[in-house]
Amino acid sequence: MAKDEAGALARFGVTDREIEQALGRVKLSTVDYADLYFEYCQSESVSMEEGIVKRATKSIGQGVGVRATAGEKTGFAYSDELTSKDLNIAAETARYIADSGHSTTPVSVTHRPSLARNLYPHDRPNIEVATPDRVALLNAIDAEARRYDPRIKNVMAAYNTEYKVMLVATSEGLMVGDIQPLSRLQVTCIAEENGNRQVGTFGGGGRIGLEYFQQNQRYLQFAREAAREAILNLSAVDAPAGVMPVVLGGGWPGILLHEAIGHGLEADFNRKKTSAFSSLLGKKVASEVCTIVDDGTLPFRRGSLNVDDEGTPTSRTVLIERGILRGYITDKLNARLMGIPVTGNGRRESYQSVVLPRMTNTFMLAGESDPQDIIRSVKKGLYAVSFGGGQVDITNGKFVFSASEAYLIEDGQVTKPVKGATLIGSGPEILKQVSMVGHNLKLDEGVGTCGKEGQSVPVGVGLPTIRIDEITVGGTKA
Amino acid sequence: MTRAIGEQDYSNLAQDLLARAAKHGSTAADVMVADGETLSVQVRMGAVDRLTKAREKRLGLRVFFGQRSASASTSDFSRESLERFVGETCTLAQAVIEDPVSGLPEGSPYATEFPDLNIHDPTKLQTDQQIDLALRTERAAFDADSRITNSEGAECDSSSGRIILANSHGFLGHYANSSFSLSVSPIASDAAGMQRDYWYGVDRSFAKLESPEAIGKEATRRTVRKLGARKVATCCAPVVFDPEVAGSLLGHLCSALSGYALYKGASFLIGQLGAQIAPGFVTIYDDGRMPGGLGTRPFDGEGLPTRKQAVVERGRLTSYLLDTYSGKKLGLSSTGNASRSIGESPSAGPTNFYMVPGTTSPNDILTSVKRGLYVTDLIGFGINMVTGDYSRGASGFWIENGELAYPVEEITIAGNLKQMYANIETIGTDLVFRGRVACPTVKLAEMTIAGQ
Repeated sequence: MAKDEAGALARFGVTDREIEQALGRVKLSTVDYADLYFEYCQSESVSMEEGIVKRATKSIGQGVGVRATAGEKTGFAYSDELTSKDLNIAAETARYIADSGHSTTPVSVTHRPSLARNLYPHDRPNIEVATPDRVALLNAIDAEARRYDPRIKNVMAAYNTEYKVMLVATSEGLMVGDIQPLSRLQVTCIAEENGNRQVGTFGGGGRIGLEYFQQNQRYLQFAREAAREAILNLSAVDAPAGVMPVVLGGGWPGILLHEAIGHGLEADFNRKKTSAFSSLLGKKVASEVCTIVDDGTLPFRRGSLNVDDEGTPTSRTVLIERGILRGYITDKLNARLMGIPVTGNGRRESYQSVVLPRMTNTFMLAGESDPQDIIRSVKKGLYAVSFGGGQVDITNGKFVFSASEAYLIEDGQVTKPVKGATLIGSGPEILKQVSMVGHNLKLDEGVGTCGKEGQSVPVGVGLPTIRIDEITVGGTKA
Repeated sequence: MTRAIGEQDYSNLAQDLLARAAKHGSTAADVMVADGETLSVQVRMGAVDRLTKAREKRLGLRVFFGQRSASASTSDFSRESLERFVGETCTLAQAVIEDPVSGLPEGSPYATEFPDLNIHDPTKLQTDQQIDLALRTERAAFDADSRITNSEGAECDSSSGRIILANSHGFLGHYANSSFSLSVSPIASDAAGMQRDYWYGVDRSFAKLESPEAIGKEATRRTVRKLGARKVATCCAPVVFDPEVAGSLLGHLCSALSGYALYKGASFLIGQLGAQIAPGFVTIYDDGRMPGGLGTRPFDGEGLPTRKQAVVERGRLTSYLLDTYSGKKLGLSSTGNASRSIGESPSAGPTNFYMVPGTTSPNDILTSVKRGLYVTDLIGFGINMVTGDYSRGASGFWIENGELAYPVEEITIAGNLKQMYANIETIGTDLVFRGRVACPTVKLAEMTIAGQ
């Protein structure tokens, strides 16, 4: 990857000397750590509705973020100009948090490792797909969804790609770059019958290119799935309200883990002791059948990274092992302040935002139960297989996530589809209610975007089929 | 980062891009240029936690080749990059399909007057001044109650920016705006656990910003009252929305009234123009010219003049929120509600959107409830805009005989937005703008509450 790093530097038009001088300006004796983060990002979106591919947009952004940390303090400045003058002004601003002093001694950046692995090797043309190819793909999706069922009245689809080049240089003398492609295809169908209108969605992607969507005509599968969900919802009955057993299907329902425990285990909240998990390390927070990891090293996944945005290689971190809370996910600042290992979870949305500890791909390992047995074990409850978004209040631990495809379970059988409903629970308590874990671990299709402090980053989740003995379901049928 | 570029320079830049697009064969185009600077200070536990300073700029170009169009944006204003940028945008436009409805607004509907709307306060705050404001806010929160034991921090932000819009039909307009905000998020704890809430002030004028002491005190009042929260039994009951969460009900209304949601069939209010969607005492305005408003601007994202209009008048739906494109799709004219991100084609959204206050005090509303829920927080995204189905996580207080009996959490409230608007029973007197969308306290006749 040395070639990529050189390519990245050339792209930013900044010399080694300019980087070392800027780092020198910000790295005062009272500053614990400083870094420069250069980014070039080009994103393109083509979208279709009413059978017409009518929108195409392209966005190009580049800039540098300069950061200094001293104790718990962070100074941060960014610029969309990359001249050495702008770099130095940003450096002067970032070091404002340091008590005093003035330095112009450059920091020599000597450690320039090649990436040990490439989790998402790519051909650039496959990421930056020619617009006519995107148009053809979206047209085929429209036709396929309408062919699925004449009750499909509108199809909306978008194909978005992002090509991001980053380079981080740190006061530790480290400089590392990465090229991070990202693609996503999203399909929404609206079905209508006798004035009843319903929606269905399906999407997916990852750090992959067009070839992924073309494999076995996967894009047509996306169209059929969105159409199927919309048609299914035409016959949905009111969702029940109250506490009941809930079976979650594999894959995207893993958003439960992301909301219920993932955010609560981000190191910043625990350093500040504002998380409901702050004093629970080593304690039992889940039933013994639950082992949960955060893993940024899975090839081609949406949440994966070769290195995080501080240049640390990503890793697999065990969060919960057989029910016991084992670890937090960290960035450099919080790892230093808490005296715990750096896990490679320091992430930022762009050069315009500060680094925070963030999840990558968060999932529960497979258990031993047969998924069919899990459903059969429920006398009266809910089987939820697809979800919209979720949210958590870190401090009291209460989280929600909203089902978009769910069914009643009656006497061990999946019966009627029900309308979407929000599920609500308490993070430190809910996983104690997990009594069965299926042997069918499934990762999500690659649609997740996580928001924290106004910053969005791509993430993944995964889950086997699981049974939750008791959770509150927020339907309308009391 | 300190270079000052005048409006004149950006106007010239915009005209230059329009000329280049024409040279590439575009039949029409518009350009939006924005720049701004921000200083953000976060403090926590009495010390500076994070300081962020930035100046940024961005330009967006939309080109038409007959009825094909594309949009693009860049932060790189160098001459050679811009030439490539215009060329690539034009290539992109020629690759999409013709859309018979597309185009710039025709005729002469463009804004010609640019009154001073009090949205720009040139006050420049010093870094130390902002640190002091944030520290005082956090201290006021701690001082207000000994049960405040921790803090997510306090934040003081100031920002200013400029927008320039020009198009090939000869429109050229610009305005500047500013924003000052102060917020704090204290954490209270007792034997049962921790609770967090927050409070904030935001204004376009620094002088009108609420005091750090008032914000800190209110944040603490909202936080400590949540201690000891519990679940309630599943039931159907009246629900009172505090103004912060009542505003979200208006936010959903805006989404449903957006011309884009309507013509795509993705709104539960399709075909409801002229229909009674709420009781006769409900009136809702969208006012793009409200002096000093956070949604105020002299012209919209297409250069059309903003205005004040009734969206719901005595319960009847009188207007959608439309730009030119979505208006044409629905056989209607733009309502001056084009909203625009740099480099995107317009969408339609609110300016300052609010419900006219009623005559009942918030306290009298609570007193009127024998058994019910007072909601102060909502979380989650359980809203289906196509059907109006609504199910969100809630916390707040249980009301017994007109009084707040105890705090509640880990419950959901569910219903359907169409019925919820129809079920509005009382509107409070307490309308305060803390954002573009504002609503007084509102009482709904009944919703399903799921708990234990």
